[in-house]
Amino acid sequence: MTAVPVTGATSLRANRRWALIAAYACLGIFVVFFLFPPYYMLVTSLKTNAEIAELASNPWIVTDGVTFSHYEHLLTESSFPRFFLNTTIVTVVVVAITMVISVLAAYSLARLRFWGSGVLATGVFLTYLVPDTLLFIPLFKIVGWLGLLDTYWSLILVYPTLTVPFCTWIMIGYFGSIPRELDEAALIDGANHLQMLLKVFIPVALPGLIAATIFAFTVAWANFLYPLAYIYSESEMVLTVGTVTTLIKGDVFHWGGLMAGALLAAAPPVILYAFLMDYYIAGLTSGATKG
Amino acid sequence: MLPPLLRRKPAVAVLMCVPLFGLILGLVAYPFFHALFLATLNKAETAFVGLDNFSFLFGRQTFWMVVRQSLLFALVAVVFKALIGLAAAHAINTIPTKGQRKWRGMMLIPWVIPPALSTLGWWWLFEPTYSAINWGLTKLAVPAVPWLSDTFWARFSIILVNVWVGAPFFLIMYLAALKSIPGELYEAAEMDGAGPWQKFFYITLPMIRNIIAITTLFSIIVTLANFDIVRVLTQGGPLNTTHLFATYAFRVGIESGDIPLGAAVSLFMFPMLAILAFIILRNVRRRAASLA
Repeated sequence: MTAVPVTGATSLRANRRWALIAAYACLGIFVVFFLFPPYYMLVTSLKTNAEIAELASNPWIVTDGVTFSHYEHLLTESSFPRFFLNTTIVTVVVVAITMVISVLAAYSLARLRFWGSGVLATGVFLTYLVPDTLLFIPLFKIVGWLGLLDTYWSLILVYPTLTVPFCTWIMIGYFGSIPRELDEAALIDGANHLQMLLKVFIPVALPGLIAATIFAFTVAWANFLYPLAYIYSESEMVLTVGTVTTLIKGDVFHWGGLMAGALLAAAPPVILYAFLMDYYIAGLTSGATKG
Repeated sequence: MLPPLLRRKPAVAVLMCVPLFGLILGLVAYPFFHALFLATLNKAETAFVGLDNFSFLFGRQTFWMVVRQSLLFALVAVVFKALIGLAAAHAINTIPTKGQRKWRGMMLIPWVIPPALSTLGWWWLFEPTYSAINWGLTKLAVPAVPWLSDTFWARFSIILVNVWVGAPFFLIMYLAALKSIPGELYEAAEMDGAGPWQKFFYITLPMIRNIIAITTLFSIIVTLANFDIVRVLTQGGPLNTTHLFATYAFRVGIESGDIPLGAAVSLFMFPMLAILAFIILRNVRRRAASLA
């Protein structure tokens, strides 16, 4: 070893350089793979119908001039604004319900312990693994009994089953990692549980709270199965189902409007993600790894 | 000291869990048992028919095709998601730290767009006459592909879109795991003359084995239960060959109005999900125990 330090170091450096070149090549290919569909959606949404219908020109670029007419039409002459409003209402209410239920339960499960709390924590984790497609048919019956079929209130009822377990689970993790000295100090100062939760736990676990909120927001905004199964009237539809089912009808070359609708509908979670990426990632990784 | 007395307040603790408990009991546990009950009724839900719905399904070729397709779809898609996620995470972890955020940010976009909406984009990319992918293929002198009208290619397309949507999740998980490997291990290995492949197989893989296992199990559940992609892209066609449990249950239960039969189809996912959930739970518990 000591006899060949120079060649060892150079081959090591060469190795590293090749690894770097290979890494960038890989990343380039992956980024193209991951971004070409949204790019193509954007390009289509900016083309005139005539250009979309035309087969000869390169479909990947706008050659005939950019038009915003699809967006204009969407916002002024379709039910799209209604879908947007409905989705916003549903999402905001679901996020609020989710955070109240999860934070209360997580505080209790992380700190207070009672008979059966261990079982309940395990139950929360198992519920998190239940996919929406397992129970949508019995929930269809329940939604019907409650008279909520064909209203977006059905979504407000059932979405928490998808958001609460995960949010509770990661909040248990975040609350659990708060040092006990902190709440003991608060207890000695005479704080009650509510004060402790609001003044100590929530501020300290704020990153977890943000991650959980983003998760609940994303799930409520993106779900497709429940609204497809429970809502039929255009006035009650949310963005995912409204875009997929109603914008497809109409004239033959609906593609521009359809892509514009899909992009606008996807914009809020993407924008939120652009600003809060780190919380988003922290939430995801802690969900699977926090004990 | 003072705290134990104060902290032992079961009434408050239970009260705080009541909404959660109500939600799990009323909207998860009860629907599950109600599904079991529904699956034993006839189509009009007027008579108890025992296991007739299940034996009816067992006798149908379409149902067996759905079972095979669901398993094939889940396994192939998860393998590719895991491989691409690992390759991308490894590539990001290789480049200098200051550029990593940008690359990671771009690659997670498919994961953030609601899948039903991004699948619309793919649907347009696969459109028979205007397919922009086929336009590119023809330029490269490759014959156009019948993406959604041919059984093989329709199955291929669905897996492709699922890999596109799901690979970023693996990327995030693997990248977090790679970051937790101490750098000294690699330095020591380099001193001993280990090449990149040796480092990968003897350090990286063993160190992130646990995360690979748990992420894969999670993903199998989500992939097996997938609905959006098939629903938007093929609606189960051509000739029901791309149906998964969820889309077939939707077709039978909601669209054809045979709720009991649809509930029975959905319930077929349960044993598989339960086994996967059991393994994950054991794994998470063991991690929790090792951390404590």
